[in-house]
Amino acid sequence: MNAISPGFADPALDGQCVFRAVMEALARPARPRRLAGLAGPPPPLTPELAAIALALADHETPLWLDAPLHQAPAVPAFLRFHTGAPIAEHPAAATFALLADPARCPSPEAFAEGTPDYPDRSTTLVFAVQRLSEDAGCWFEGPGINGRARLGTAPLPPDFPARLARNHARFPLGIDLLLTAPMLVAGLPRSIRVVAEG
Amino acid sequence: MTGAIGYNFAYLDEQTKRMIRRAILKAIAIPGYQVPFASREMPMPYGWGTGGVQVTAAVLGPRDVLKVIDQGADDTTNAVSIRAFFRNTAGIATTTRTSEATVIQTRHRIPEGRLHEGQILVFQVPIPEPLRFLEPRETETRRLHALAEYGLMQVKLYEDISRHGHIATTYAYPVAVEGRYVMDPSPTPKFDNPKMDNSPALQLFGAGRERRIYAVPPYTNVRSLDFEDHPFRAQEFAEPCALCGAIGVYLDEVVMDDRGRRMFVCSDTDHCETRRAAGHRGGAFGL
Repeated sequence: MNAISPGFADPALDGQCVFRAVMEALARPARPRRLAGLAGPPPPLTPELAAIALALADHETPLWLDAPLHQAPAVPAFLRFHTGAPIAEHPAAATFALLADPARCPSPEAFAEGTPDYPDRSTTLVFAVQRLSEDAGCWFEGPGINGRARLGTAPLPPDFPARLARNHARFPLGIDLLLTAPMLVAGLPRSIRVVAEG
Repeated sequence: MTGAIGYNFAYLDEQTKRMIRRAILKAIAIPGYQVPFASREMPMPYGWGTGGVQVTAAVLGPRDVLKVIDQGADDTTNAVSIRAFFRNTAGIATTTRTSEATVIQTRHRIPEGRLHEGQILVFQVPIPEPLRFLEPRETETRRLHALAEYGLMQVKLYEDISRHGHIATTYAYPVAVEGRYVMDPSPTPKFDNPKMDNSPALQLFGAGRERRIYAVPPYTNVRSLDFEDHPFRAQEFAEPCALCGAIGVYLDEVVMDDRGRRMFVCSDTDHCETRRAAGHRGGAFGL
């Protein structure tokens, strides 16, 4: 018998905590901040991916999972049970996309970028990366950043800066990106610009 | 943590909070764009801040300290009842001190003191669409925003100039956010517009009846629309505050009697009280 591992101990307060970390991450891009993960999700779902999914997804928000997550049967079962969210077949149909292997992320154009009338109807991508640091990587400018900020992270697709630049060029359309590492989250919304590659 | 028995933390159910939270995240990612959301009925009438209350409820956590102001004052009916609402349903601490608050819900003012990083300012918005009185159709205003076609708004400001000799719009003065979306800063006096620009605090806007949420992230460019030969100017007041002597602040007129006596005092009550506690005195203090 495969028991489904538990969700938040206190859905109201734990969900609020995760949301505030994510909101701060998007409001102050490229600045990693603490995120309390959810203990014991089925691998390769990380505690941070699980926490964000449980805090923000429900029956209104199709989830897209990358191959490693999709192929582990316990992961879709866990997410369906706790969130009630449908699992999307195509990335363009997803409100949130969870990626355990962001180096093989499809190009931003594969996801929903919104419409000119409703640019909010776009996918938020959530990456599980191994590290997040402010002392390496690309430099960014834009709303939420006082001057410039840099964010070092790996692993990522090799053309990641070019992808971000392409995504920003479509503003106000585009995807928004959350990067999670153990106990950390950082945001790269569509509004920010890559000003120099690290 | 204590909350009202039978209610979820901060009143709203979790599915509603998730829906509002997702709207807030998209609003932050697209500064100045109005995100539609499924506004709920709240236990207060429209016009009393149902949008702001829903945004506050979605954002609040047990460690937050909440301040609520109505036209700058902490002690008016609307502000007092919203503070009591969240004390009862979320069991959180409240304050009247701007510097101590982590979340400040406001109706039509931005506090005088500079906000700091980590603070969240939640505006109650009656009509979020800056183009609504120029174009009543939602389908059309949405298209105008999509095309960044804001000529109508410039014409409206120009008509002000041709009629009055200057831009006579004094509140809900339109702003451009990061050079893209034109946004209604809610009916704050235009005096407060410069405070929105490059603010260290996160600014969230909730319109309950009109079902829209929008946002200005910290350190974001917010420019009041104007013309090269008619640049934007905030209101200026000839006299200082009659109670604390402050200059360069927004003043309210208080009628003193039926013989035309009046005085002008700070609209931001916390700012005025803090200054008086520090020994500043205006002309009418102690009268």
